[in-house]
Amino acid sequence: MDAILVEGLTKKFNGFTAVDGISFAVTSGELFGLLGPNGAGKTTTINMLSTLLLPTSGRAEVAGFEVIRNRDAVRKSIGIVFQETALDGKLTGRENLDFHGMMYGLSKEDRKARIQDVLELVELSDKAGVLVENYSGGMKRRLEIARGLMHRPKVLFLDEPTLGLDAQTRRHIWDYIKKLNRDAGVTIILTTHYMEEADYLCQRTAIMDLGKFVALDTPSGLKDILGGDVVSMEFEKGMDSFVSQIERLDWIKRIKLHDGSLSLTMEKGERRIPELINLAQRVGVTVDCVHLRKPSLEDVFLHFTGRTIREQEASAAERFRAMMGPGHAARGRR
Amino acid sequence: MILNGVAIYVLWLREMKRFLRAKSRIVGSLAMPLFFLAFLGFGFSRMAIPGVSAGVKYVNFLVPGIIGMGMLFSSMMAGMSVLWDREFGFLKEIMVAPVSRVSIVLGRIAGGATTALIQALMILIISLFIGFRIASFGSFIMALVFMLLISTSFIGLGLVFASKMKDMQGFGLVMNFIIFPLFFLSGALYPLQNFPPWVRLLTYVDPLTYGIDGLRASLLGVSSFSLLFDLFLLLGISVLMVSLGAYFFEKSESV
Repeated sequence: MDAILVEGLTKKFNGFTAVDGISFAVTSGELFGLLGPNGAGKTTTINMLSTLLLPTSGRAEVAGFEVIRNRDAVRKSIGIVFQETALDGKLTGRENLDFHGMMYGLSKEDRKARIQDVLELVELSDKAGVLVENYSGGMKRRLEIARGLMHRPKVLFLDEPTLGLDAQTRRHIWDYIKKLNRDAGVTIILTTHYMEEADYLCQRTAIMDLGKFVALDTPSGLKDILGGDVVSMEFEKGMDSFVSQIERLDWIKRIKLHDGSLSLTMEKGERRIPELINLAQRVGVTVDCVHLRKPSLEDVFLHFTGRTIREQEASAAERFRAMMGPGHAARGRR
Repeated sequence: MILNGVAIYVLWLREMKRFLRAKSRIVGSLAMPLFFLAFLGFGFSRMAIPGVSAGVKYVNFLVPGIIGMGMLFSSMMAGMSVLWDREFGFLKEIMVAPVSRVSIVLGRIAGGATTALIQALMILIISLFIGFRIASFGSFIMALVFMLLISTSFIGLGLVFASKMKDMQGFGLVMNFIIFPLFFLSGALYPLQNFPPWVRLLTYVDPLTYGIDGLRASLLGVSSFSLLFDLFLLLGISVLMVSLGAYFFEKSESV
């Protein structure tokens, strides 16, 4: 059964199209990723699927319920961890969970048992009585994940679950997410702009850019599209004559010029590097540096959009500023 | 339109916990009404103010007004606390729950009204120490009814403003252009008949006028309108304000 079914989902804000007619399905029990830069429309998509925003057009079903007509049934079936903290700092961890349990109609005994279970899962049992305002960023995230699971949702949305966390905490959270998906069979949809996060966690990943899906496949399937390793080279001068030489080599599958550096796609890149340097010397070109990269989702993103995810974020911020007018230039989103 | 009792209760419970844990907020919210009471009460104590019935000391005239003022400020704050929840993200947690929006509004009103009542009762108790006397237990109960109506009316109004605002930026505007005029036009500090006629018209559209007049009718037995008139008018206003607050809250975008 499909946990999520989306057809032509669109959201416009004052003429600006944040999500542009996306369609996809997520199978029950899947760990599905939405990967893209800030401003790509990931959060807007999540907000529509979790009934917080009404779509402009298109339809979506979550856990078999329509998100527009059957909001309460959808709300009962989902858990969500928002991008920004959504905890009450003046309540303790346990009280935040108890509040949630009551809002979702859990009985007193059930709440007690669930609170203990989920706190153990995220290893916060000993901090349950502490006011949340005294928690660290990582503890807050873990508590939110625990809260999202309290009412045994069929589908769990995680919007940038590790944003702003240190590497070690991120690793921990990844392990929780994997464990949850594997042991509890919860369908998980996560958004991220960290390539390695999508790569490590997701069974399938959609790459989102400017409100559209530009690709959708397993992380390894996405990387296969690139056709092998990427060797990037930078030159002091004479890149053009080097390019005209290598265009004749049949083991180079793709040549891309990007920001004054050359990206070459090939298999077994590490064995080809000496050959490339010899060739450069023969045509009298000085190589500044050589870099070998096994394909990552970053490359996939570059391949589909012609830009790296960081450049995309910079230009998205520009578009946002242009849209809001000069008076709002300094007021970005929190 | 399904009412969810547990959700209303837990929203109320949250307000109570937050209120009791914010000791400085309690002290802060009491400070202004008490300063008004003390300084105005003693400052004008020897003055004859036209419109204050003979035999009623100005400080006693002032006590119901200051209680009304406290209710106005704390209730508007309670209604607008939606903005705080939006700012700190917690509103999303509430809005994504399978609970009808009406229950959310009622839970908030229950919590806000309780905290406003507690603050008003504290002012009333303190005023007993400066010589204020409540006529009877019946008049105390009647005053409680008026307090409840004042607070639900202004929590409703606060919700309307909070639902129309995206962030805290507009809060100062509401404070200066809504809350303070409502306060000064209500007759909390002085009898309204001293105003020129056109300003008196404005005082008649201020719901707090009837609230404070009703409080005076219950606590002092002196008022401009009859107690029943105040009671039913304020009841109507409070139903209207709560409905408007619920309507605009329902319509507002939660993200």
